[in-house]
Amino acid sequence: MAKVRGSIVVDVEKCKGCELCAVACPKDVIQLAHEVNGKGYHYASMAKPEDCIGCASCALVCPDSCITVYRAKA
Amino acid sequence: MTEELKDIQKEENIVYKKSSLLTDNVMHYCPGCTHGVVHKLVAEVIEEMGIQGDTIGVSPVGCSVLAYNYIDIDWQEAAHGRAPALATAVSRLHPEKYVFTYQGDGDLASIGCAEIMHACNRGENIVVIFINNAIYGMTGGQMAPTTMIGQVTATTPYGRDVKLNGYNMKITELIAQLPGTCYVTRESAHTPASVRKTKKAIRKAFENAGQNKGTSFVEVVGTCSSGWKLTPEKANEWMVDNSFKEYPLGTMKDE
Ligand SMILES: Cc1ncc(C[n+]2csc(CCOP(=O)(O)OP(=O)(O)O)c2C)c(N)n1
Ligand code: SF4
Ligand code: SF4
Repeated sequence: MAKVRGSIVVDVEKCKGCELCAVACPKDVIQLAHEVNGKGYHYASMAKPEDCIGCASCALVCPDSCITVYRAKA
Repeated sequence: MTEELKDIQKEENIVYKKSSLLTDNVMHYCPGCTHGVVHKLVAEVIEEMGIQGDTIGVSPVGCSVLAYNYIDIDWQEAAHGRAPALATAVSRLHPEKYVFTYQGDGDLASIGCAEIMHACNRGENIVVIFINNAIYGMTGGQMAPTTMIGQVTATTPYGRDVKLNGYNMKITELIAQLPGTCYVTRESAHTPASVRKTKKAIRKAFENAGQNKGTSFVEVVGTCSSGWKLTPEKANEWMVDNSFKEYPLGTMKDE
């Protein structure tokens, strides 16, 4: 059976590092990056990209609409 | 980026992206603020209903005073608490338009208590989006009418005391009793499921306006992590443990 794979792209400069996406993710994919963005925030990034299922939970709770979600059969 | 990721991150695989009605301005809200989530839902509903050119928002005084910078529709900016009065005028002058107010709990339940009560009692054909974070966020976290007993704020450093400050006002319950309202509901926006549910409620409220049904009132119980002095995650937990007890979620009226 084809496996469903997901991925996210974070608008790094818009992210304020609130971390609510990481709390919402059922697969523990997201962690804040060690690097900071132009505003000094540690931004959301995929620590475990291979585990993402493209459920969009992270994007739904994001207050700043920073996350685009992709889903594909791989 | 690995080849595999590039393969997934293609235009045709997008399942969720920022609403096209949200401008590219970076919102001035603090990290994790409920205002951002609800702005996004309002934008998505207006976009999906295809009513961008027919919707007029009225923004309040409070942190969301600049809402007009973020959602690309027509707006008016009201004096503090007067959004329902201004929305009344806009909706009566333009009865074919979708008119909504967007208000915080200080704006709506304190200085604007009379305006919201009378607009709802007259059954003005408007939508009210009410963000209840139980505090005055913009001015530095002072007590609001909605601040709960025992809750620490800048003006209640030992917690809200009934003897001194009275009880927290459950204004949505009062509004549900007014015959002018057709739909009154209390929602939240802290989990994916609650975000989806709140979006449905906002959609229903706008559809009611399209059918001239009177006032639709959607409260969203939210957080103010800066005013509450908690991280966004802890603020959500505090809200579930405290706010939801005083402000239980659910639809009070749907006619
Ligand atoms: C006539 C008038 N009185 C008082 C103020 C000060 N003031 C600005 S915002 C605000 C309350 C904001 O609280 P709320 O409506 O809960 O919105 P939040 O910032 O929490 O989103 C107050 C009292 C004002 N701007 N104008
Ligand atoms: S799409 Fe779902 S699985 Fe992927 S990062 Fe977001 S919440 Fe986690
Ligand atoms: S002060 Fe509170 S309500 Fe205002 S933007 Fe910050 S978190 Fe949001």
